[in-house]
Order: sequence, then C-alpha cells, then structure tokens
Amino acid sequence: MAQAVYSERKFVVISIFIVAGFLFILRLFYIQIIDDSYLLSSNSNVRRHIPQYPARGLIYDRNGKLMVYNEATYDLMITPRLVKNIDTLELCRLIGIDLITFRDRILKAKEYSTYRSSVFEKQISKEAYGYLEEKLYKYPGFYVQPRTLRKYVKPSAAHTMGYIGEVSPLTCENNAYYKSGDYIGISGIEKSYETELRGIKGARIIMVDVFNREKGSFRNGKYDTVAVMGQSLYTTLDADLQEYGEMLMKNKRGSIVAIEPATGEILSLVSCPTYDPNLLVGRMRAHNYGELLKDSLKPLFNRAQMAQYPPGSTFKLVHALIGLEEGVLFPSTRYGCSMGYSFGSIHVGCHNHPAPVDLLQSIAISCNSYYCNVFRTLLDNNSVSNTSSGYQKWRDYALGFGFGSKFSTDLPNILGGFIPKNEYFDKYFGKNRWKFLTIISLSIGQGEILATPLQLANLSATIANRGYYVTPHIVKYVGDSKKAETRFSQVHKTKISKQNFEIVVEGMYQVVEAGTARAYKMDSLHVCGKTGTAQNPHGKDHSIFIAFAPKDNPKIAISVIVENAGFGATWAAPIAMLMIEKYLLKRINRPDVQERMITGSLIHEN
Amino acid sequence: MRTEKGIFYNIDWGLVLIYFLLVSIGLINIYAAVYNEEHGSILDFSQRYGKQVIWISSSFTLAIFILMIDPKLFSAFSFVFYGASMLLLIAVLLIGKTVSGSKSWIDLGGFDLQPSEFAKIAVNLAVAKYLSALNIRMEDMRTKITTMAIIGFPALLILLQDDTGSALVFSAFIFVLYREGLSGNILIILALIIVLFVVTLMVNKFVIVGLLFIAALFWFTMIKKNRKDIITLIGLFMLVAGFVMAVDYVFNNVLEAHQQERINVLIGKEVDLKGAGYNVNQSKIAIGSGRFIGKGFLHGTQTKFNFVPEQSTDFIFCTVGEEYGFVGSVIVIGLFIGLFYRLLNAAERQRSAFARIYGYGVASILFIHFVINIGMTLGLAPVIGIPLPFFSYGGSSLWAFTILLFIFVKMDAYRLQLL
Repeated sequence: MAQAVYSERKFVVISIFIVAGFLFILRLFYIQIIDDSYLLSSNSNVRRHIPQYPARGLIYDRNGKLMVYNEATYDLMITPRLVKNIDTLELCRLIGIDLITFRDRILKAKEYSTYRSSVFEKQISKEAYGYLEEKLYKYPGFYVQPRTLRKYVKPSAAHTMGYIGEVSPLTCENNAYYKSGDYIGISGIEKSYETELRGIKGARIIMVDVFNREKGSFRNGKYDTVAVMGQSLYTTLDADLQEYGEMLMKNKRGSIVAIEPATGEILSLVSCPTYDPNLLVGRMRAHNYGELLKDSLKPLFNRAQMAQYPPGSTFKLVHALIGLEEGVLFPSTRYGCSMGYSFGSIHVGCHNHPAPVDLLQSIAISCNSYYCNVFRTLLDNNSVSNTSSGYQKWRDYALGFGFGSKFSTDLPNILGGFIPKNEYFDKYFGKNRWKFLTIISLSIGQGEILATPLQLANLSATIANRGYYVTPHIVKYVGDSKKAETRFSQVHKTKISKQNFEIVVEGMYQVVEAGTARAYKMDSLHVCGKTGTAQNPHGKDHSIFIAFAPKDNPKIAISVIVENAGFGATWAAPIAMLMIEKYLLKRINRPDVQERMITGSLIHEN
Repeated sequence: MRTEKGIFYNIDWGLVLIYFLLVSIGLINIYAAVYNEEHGSILDFSQRYGKQVIWISSSFTLAIFILMIDPKLFSAFSFVFYGASMLLLIAVLLIGKTVSGSKSWIDLGGFDLQPSEFAKIAVNLAVAKYLSALNIRMEDMRTKITTMAIIGFPALLILLQDDTGSALVFSAFIFVLYREGLSGNILIILALIIVLFVVTLMVNKFVIVGLLFIAALFWFTMIKKNRKDIITLIGLFMLVAGFVMAVDYVFNNVLEAHQQERINVLIGKEVDLKGAGYNVNQSKIAIGSGRFIGKGFLHGTQTKFNFVPEQSTDFIFCTVGEEYGFVGSVIVIGLFIGLFYRLLNAAERQRSAFARIYGYGVASILFIHFVINIGMTLGLAPVIGIPLPFFSYGGSSLWAFTILLFIFVKMDAYRLQLL
C-alpha cells in the first residue's frame, strides 16, 4: 500500500517546515537583537525634536540695575501642506508684506518642505501679533512661535554689550548645540559670555505619523526637556556712570575707561560716537547694521578697546617710575629746559615754563626735555652695556604695566597697543644702528609706541594701586547665585617698588593741584592726574587725561581720550574730573563745566 | 456506523487550542495596528478590530457547525464543492470587484467575498478525493496530469484575477503530492530551478551560460565517452542554458514593471527605499526596532502611525515584531510550527487516505501562507499580498482558514469510527 511505503516521508515534510521556522527565528535574531540600526530608523521615522528656546540671561550693572532684558516676539510659521482657502490679501496686510513677497515665501517654504514648518515672517512685534492672533484661526497652516529679542533699558554701553544675530552656517557645522536659525552672541559680552547667557535649549519630543502629522508627545513628555533660561550677568559697569560718560562724550570722538583699581572692575567703557543698541535688534537689524557700517564716524568701532594712540605725556609717568627704580632718577634730579631738548639737529619742543625742574615739577608741568633726559639715562648709562640692552630693560618694565599686549580678559575684540621689540628697530634702522636719539620720540610717549584707552586706564589703576594691577574685566558675577568671576582676581605686579610709586603719585597730585590740570582742582577730592597730548599726523592732536581719586585709597582710575581736541587739559581733563565727581560724590559741583562739555561738539573739527 | 457521542467527542483539543490562540493574538495585534483613540473599544464595529471580532465569532459558529456535520459528506461532495468553487472563480472574472489591483472580490451587499480563499478548501477536498480513490497510483502519468489539472485550473483562474499571491499558494500541494508518492527528485529539481532562477536574475546570463559550459566540459572529461552519455550531457546543457535564457527573457519581457521591481528589491539588486523597497524596509524597521521584548502593547510607532502599509492585513506580523519583540515573534512562529507539526502527525494517523491527504493539504496550505507572509515582512520573500492564517484582518480568509482546519478536525475526530 502506498500509505505504508511513503509514511516516512512525513519526516522530510516536517523537517522542511521546521527548518523554515528556524530560518525565520535566525533572521529575527539578526534584525531584532544584533542589528540595532532598525531601532534608530524607527526613532527617526517617528520622533521630532521641537526645540524650546530659552530666554537669554539678563544683564545687570554692578549695583543690580537692569541693563538688558528680553522682550517677547513672534515668528509666524508656515506648514505649506495645511494651508488652504486663506484670505491672502488680509494676511499680507496684517504682517505688512506685498503679494509678490507672499508668493515668493510660500514657494520658498514649499521648497523646504510641504510637511515641515518653516519661518514665514520673522519677529512680528507685540502689537502686530495682537491683531494677527485674533485672526489666526482663519489661516490654517500658519501658527506663531514665540521667541525673545534683546531690549535695552537705556541706549547705552552698546559696544560693551554687543549684539546677537543668527548663527552662521560654519558655527552650526562645528558646534552641535546650534541649529540653523538659532541666535548667537556676535560681539561684546553677548559673545564672550555666550555659553552662560544662552541658557539650555529644551526639546519637546513629539511623534509624527507617516504624513508628518503630529500625533502627540512622546511617552507623555517623559523625555521632554525644559528650556533653562540663560544665567544673569552682573557686569562691573556702573550704569549711571556709563550713561553720564556717554552724555559727556556726545558729539565727540574718543573714549572713557574707568576702572576700580583694587579689583580691575571696569566701571565705565565709553566709546563715542556710539549707537542705540536697540537698533541692532529685530527685523531692522540687518538694515541698521548696514547704515552704521557706512557711517563715516564709524560708530561701530569700539575705540575704548580697539583704538591705539600714542600715549603722549601720560607715558612720562612710566619713564619716571622706571628711572626711579633703575636708580638713574631721584626726586631731586633736576634738568634744564629751554623750550625743549636739543641735541645737534634734533629738537624736542616744550612749552614755556620755569626751568630747571625737579621730578615732581616735571610731572606737574609735563616737561618734555626732562623726560628726554630721563629716557636717555635709561638707555645710555653705566649699568647697561649698550642702547639695545638698555632699551630691552626699559621695555620689560613697560610690559609690566600691561602695555604692548592684549589683556586676556572677558572683553572680546581688544587690541594690545604696541611697544616695539629691539628687533623692530634693528630691522628698521639696522642692528646697532639706533640709539637714544634715534628713538627720542618715545621719551614723550610719541613715535612707535601705541596704547589703547583701556591700557591707559590700567596705567592709572596701576599707579593708584602703587605697583600692581588686576586685569580689567567687565563681569562681576555670573548667575543669580552671584558666583564671582575669579578668573581675573590675579594681581599683576610691576617690577617697581611701592616707594617709587608714592613719588609719582605725589607728582600726579601736583598736576591737579598746581600743574597742567589745576583749572579743574576740586576742594572736596584729592585727585591725581596726568595730561597728555597725542600728536596726530592726520589732524589736530588728541586730548588725553588719566587720573585716579581719591589720592589715598583710590576708588576710581580713569583714562579719557578726546580725538582732535588739542591739549589734554582742554577736554579730556574736565571730562575725567566730571566722571570722578559723578562717581565719588554722586553730584556735580561745577555745572558750568558739565554744560560746556556736553554741548561742546568736536565732531566736525579736524 | 454512527454513534451519538456529541460534536466534541474525540476532537484534537491541541489543534483547537492553537487555533484559538492564533486568532486571539491576531485580534490583539489588529487592535494595536489600527488603534484609534476616539474608538478605543475593541467592540467598536466601525473599526477593523470591531469587525474582526464579528469575523471571529462567526468563524467559531462555522467551526461548531462543521463539527456537527457528518464527515462522510465532505468526501461525498468533494467534486461538487470543487465545481461550485470553480464557478465562483469564473463569476469573479465576470462580475468581480477590483481591490488594490486584484479583481478577486464579489460584492455581496456590504460584505466582500473572496472566492479564491474558499477555492483552496475545494481544491484540497478534490485532490484528496481524487488521490484517495482505490485505483489511483501517483506513479501513473495519468494521475499526475489529472492532479495537475485539478490544482492548475483554479490557479490559472486566480492568475487571471491578477492575484499572483493566491495563485502561488497552490504550489503548497507539492508537499501533499510528495507524501503521496511523487518522486523526491521533483522537489530537488524544483529547488534547483528556484536557485537557478535567482542566480540568473542576479548575474549576467552569458556569464552563467559560460560557467555551465565550463562545467559541462569538465564533466565531459570525467565520463566514459559513450554516445548515450554524451547526448545526455549535451541535452542537459541545452536544457539548463535554455532555462537561463528563458528566465531572463520572461523576467524582462513578460513580468510587469512592479513585479520586476519587487523581485529586484528582494535579491538586493535594487535599493529603492521610497518606492518598491519602501514596504519591506518599513516592515523590517518595525520588526527590528522591537528588539528583545518589544515596545509594548499600543506603543508600536511604526505600525500605529502608518509607516508600515497594510499593517492589519498582510503586514500584521510587523505589529507582533514591534510590540512584542523577539520573544513575541518566536512565540508566534513557534505556535505556527506547533500547528503544522500537530497537523502532520494527525494526518499521518488517519485510517482513510482521503483524510490523510486532506490533512497534509491543510498543513501545506497554511505553511505556504506562513512562509510567504512572514518571509515578506522579514525581507526574505517577495512582496506578495497573502494573509497570515488566523492573524490577518479579513472575513473571507478567516472563514476559509477556519473551515479548512475544522473540516480536518472533524475528520480526525471521526477517524476511529471508520472501519
């Protein structure tokens, strides 16, 4: 019987069936256990991370006064697939665009994706949003996404604060935190404190179906992250002083830098002409930026930390200190002056004053020939073998004041001025082909040397501290827990003793009491200062003044530079005095001087 | 000889239990696949799961009804069923309704009947009836041809409906015929043909013919060079080379574009994740992302959010893979293999050839569905739209599979009453 013959074939059939099942299990083992790419694909199919933008950190002044905050703004978003039967004209009118723009944007959005949303109109104002919101139900496919914009309480400290803008594609590529369309600090402390200010972006994870339709949150929001607001910054600025400085510098070119000597905290950082920081915010930013860039007065240029001037007579203080320390100069050292210093055909002029003068008098009346002599003795004296090594020694001292290199601080875009190296002169004049007379201009702070207003203020602070400085910086605390910025607490000592500083301090005191700045002497305050006049090959000299006060236990050190304003005493000194008054006394005793400074316009003189 | 022992007397409860488990697990997965929060009740009849509940309860009714029938009737009316079924298949071609490319449905007023599902039962009965006749021997050429005709005719009609998948199911009978005495060489040759077919599609036909020629030369040096062997060798070479050329021709000139694409995707010649390869890729993502224990009931995102097409019918296994992972998948595969194993054992214990052949038919038909369907979801078989037995959503197929199975359950229960 057939049945009997073939019954063992059951095993063949059963084997085939079992092998098939076994193969399936192997395959399942491979795709479910070994290969994890399917899980990733599944997640990317279904999950969408919707970024939640945190508000940027607030910025306060040193006294806790709010300077920068955020204002809500709204981006109108579009999801092209959902747009149907809308009143195009009315929408155009509501957001203030024309029909052609409208069509272009629809096309652009569709090009990006018909399912995903993209920005249709950026940064709609609160007012416009009010109207739009009521009518939004009539526009399927459009929705509004809140963002925040920077807002400034007072239109001051624009350069220091800096501005934010959309992140560049390059940054996006190199930094995983940023996605196209995000904002990032571009200049000022918005840039240097970007990571603290930006906060932490959150993400809402939603699930979408195959048509990209939202299907609710992923696991009821269990894995969503909340946006964490950026940390507040407490700057070292005194908002009132900053504003006052900007007022004084109105219609002038130049800068004011005020520092608290003991801490290196920058009290005010004025660069004029300046601009209203509110201009570089929002929809008009690109346009306004273009306008500011075109402005012949260069309002975007941060003079306080980027302009480099010959320090002029203020640098005599440095020579005096080095001379004292090197033992080539004593308070009693007297040099004559006959309207300047002459050697052969070389002549350095000076103004008319009684001669000879000792050290204190030389500072008070700012005698040029005195410092030609001082500088000569520094370069050519018995303790140094030749001019080059004398210069080398002098330069090392100068660098100790923070000249010739950038401060490593929390202000971005600063420059370091210039104190030439020996090699510079070697190259320029030839090795051993230069001596004191070749570089005599350095004696009076002219010639090759350059310094920024920030460095000059730091010089003032260094003298106020009698021998050291703390790197000037702009942020006091980060975050509301007031975590102090300790990066800048280190003390930088000069190589000059305290006693020698006391001598120079006395000289600076005489500048105000009886010297070049005596016109602005105050009875209630002991101010030490030094005038300077930086020669300017392009026009009228720059007026420079550095000062600190009170003489004992100084609370403020300042540098003021007014471009093309002539002698240091005419503009820079009174402005510095007013700043000191404002800061220390909180009132102005000489409203006439204040009035003259505010109304004085030097912007068209050149 | 009839006894009055009740309809559940001596039935194989193991088979019934596996059937019940598969149907229930299927329902849970259909529920998860098309879950709609607004209609969360499994008894919401506007949703597929609600409807499936109706199909399942009516299937249970049908099963009980079949258990009440005298099993002699199945044998007696086999050819009648077969004839009626063929008429229905012809009727479909005339008055049928086209659903997703196949004209295989008859609209019965709110309920679509798919005659091809029922044709499987009829053919199985007819084959069993024919082969179990006393004077039939599988070895006879006449028997082979008649059997081929019984199976081939409905397959041809279904092909005409553009339902390649259902037609392919009839190849299941190869196992039945093998058991009944068809030469084992035919199984091997069939397997070789499939291998050659795939290789032909993957490699240039001239390369294959060249390789075959080299093989033939090599063989030629090995054999005794008598005339008969040489002729056999040349004949064999011509046959195989001809097959290769024919496959190439058929593939490029006869198959339709979408069929070519599906096959190309399967053999890895074409990677088109957005087009022809989309279904399988999404299906693999669904199953693969289930990992070891799955994402959990109703947490399968691939299926719930429609990334996987046909997730309640042909791709229902994706839901198992995604929500219950490797563990769940192995359990389902195990249940199927257990079903087949039990069915074959039960078939083998039959006293009547009719019941045995029918039982083999049931196991083979279910197996072919299982292999093609799960193979497709795992990217191992081409995308052929046939349901996973007892699992996939659909009234016709569930009814048909239930009837197919329970006829055998009844025969099996009755086996001891045969002399």
